[in-house]
Amino acid sequence: MNIVACIKQVPDTAAKLQVVDSHVTWGDSPLIVNPWDEYAYEEALLLKEKFGGKATAISMGPETALEALKTCLAVGCDEAYLISDPALKGSDASATAYTLAKAVQKLGDVDLVLLGKQAVDGDTGLTAAMLGRYLGWTVLTQVIKIVEIDPNAKTIKVERFMEEGRQVCSAKLPAVVSVIKGINEPRYPSFMGIRKAAKATIPQWGVADLGIEPGKVGKAGACVVWPEIYPMPVKETKVELIEGSSPQEIAAKLADKLIAEKVI
Amino acid sequence: MTNKIWVYIDQFKGEATPSAWEALTAAKTLTKDLGGGVTALVFGADVGKVVQQAFEFGADEVVVCDDPSLKDFRLEPYGALFAKVVGEAKPEVVLGIAGTRTRDLFAYASVDLKTGVIVDATGLTVKDGAVQVTRPVYAGKLLCNELCPTARPQLITVRVRAFAHPEAQPGKSGNVTKVSAVLSEDALSTKVLDYVVEEGQVSLDGAAIIVSGGRGVNGPEGFEPIRQLAKVLGGAVGASRAAVDAGWIPYAHQVGQTGKVVSPDLYIACGISGAVQHQAGMRTSKVIVAINKDKDAPIFNLAKYGVVGDLFEIVPALTEEFKKRLGK
Repeated sequence: MNIVACIKQVPDTAAKLQVVDSHVTWGDSPLIVNPWDEYAYEEALLLKEKFGGKATAISMGPETALEALKTCLAVGCDEAYLISDPALKGSDASATAYTLAKAVQKLGDVDLVLLGKQAVDGDTGLTAAMLGRYLGWTVLTQVIKIVEIDPNAKTIKVERFMEEGRQVCSAKLPAVVSVIKGINEPRYPSFMGIRKAAKATIPQWGVADLGIEPGKVGKAGACVVWPEIYPMPVKETKVELIEGSSPQEIAAKLADKLIAEKVI
Repeated sequence: MTNKIWVYIDQFKGEATPSAWEALTAAKTLTKDLGGGVTALVFGADVGKVVQQAFEFGADEVVVCDDPSLKDFRLEPYGALFAKVVGEAKPEVVLGIAGTRTRDLFAYASVDLKTGVIVDATGLTVKDGAVQVTRPVYAGKLLCNELCPTARPQLITVRVRAFAHPEAQPGKSGNVTKVSAVLSEDALSTKVLDYVVEEGQVSLDGAAIIVSGGRGVNGPEGFEPIRQLAKVLGGAVGASRAAVDAGWIPYAHQVGQTGKVVSPDLYIACGISGAVQHQAGMRTSKVIVAINKDKDAPIFNLAKYGVVGDLFEIVPALTEEFKKRLGK
């Protein structure tokens, strides 16, 4: 089984974000592997350990994303590739999915592509379904359990975490699967792993390497643009503390307030 | 099928999802600028009721595909059908309610339609003929204005509870156009085998009231008073990541960056300190109440009403109080 985990580098979830001229900055906060993508590389490693084959991490992003890929190598991925090119800047979710599809095709002989359910910066959650469609593969999103895989019959059975409960379904491989929290417990890199990753050379692919048609990616290829980003307006709420001599008195006062607010 | 504004109505087992109609309200805000009526798009098996409701909730026309292969939502048949019907009719915009099915459908079909998708709209305006979407990004810390300037149709999901549920006009009807499924069952790779509903699972998605517990509930049994209060208020039970990671309550209840993003009328945070990752999931709630022992907990910066005290005293007292007030 050859498995590819697509990962994205994002600012730390606790970072204090600032916006300068519609560009987001995060000061000294570290860049991390998108938290949802940790479940993707962990599942790739678990499947590789079970079925053999290769776990490969790929990421599209600036050169800083090499660090995120080194994390993937440190936890045990066999190979990592960075897809980086100035021409990719400004890509929307669809252009990103198209680029990732080209990279998966270049790797060749891939049975399964795993992604986290969304990246915590853009928060779109669109890439998996788009990537699957570009590849012409089965798409299974929101997967909380891979129940079984039959590598010979090329089938997969999963549980998907839907609004109404868990949906159990089967499908044919190759497939694109997006995963959520609860599917596994991502491992920490070992000391040996970190040392190995530090020495590794991570190949970089540009648009020419992937045979991408000009105008299909980056700003030129993006259908969606985002001219303005700005801080969420701060709600001027000063907390009104409810006090009283007993829990009952506090409860009665609070109930009055909430009924007056018409939220009950 | 000549309307410029379409709405995809999400349904599950022949019933529209409760928040699906909010997308019709969102659509009506665009008719003044874009003109024309609103077409509702209904896919499924035995969805006659959804078609009728679509008219009652404001659609002027319905395009429906009622076919056994569409019983369960699957991307292959839904996506192929959506791309064909929408590709031929060429509306300016298709709206839908934010959720797993609609987001996946728009994403999948957008590749065939060679267009863009914008998700989780909390506001819509029209700018130079394109729908400009306001949506939260970076876990709700920032807002973003996004648009699809030239590609059509614009595929946009609106966040649950960002637009009001429309008033029903009983008995209203209109023109129904029936379309046929595109793919036959044997062309489909995905088979839905079963649904497993976890015990006590509540949908946080459309809840008007949520009572949440955090580290301060101290264990699985600590959620009991939280559940009682939620029950009396007719609300759902939420939880912070700390409580979920400790194994006190299933992940389905988690509110926050790696859980659900909710926007109820009332959010009661019990024993939750209010880390930024939790705030990301609930900061747009209309009224936030914080109950916490620690008067310096960050949750008090977000709350409208606060009680500094022991949740195990305050929460049961609130439950009793509301039992009296609500006559339960």
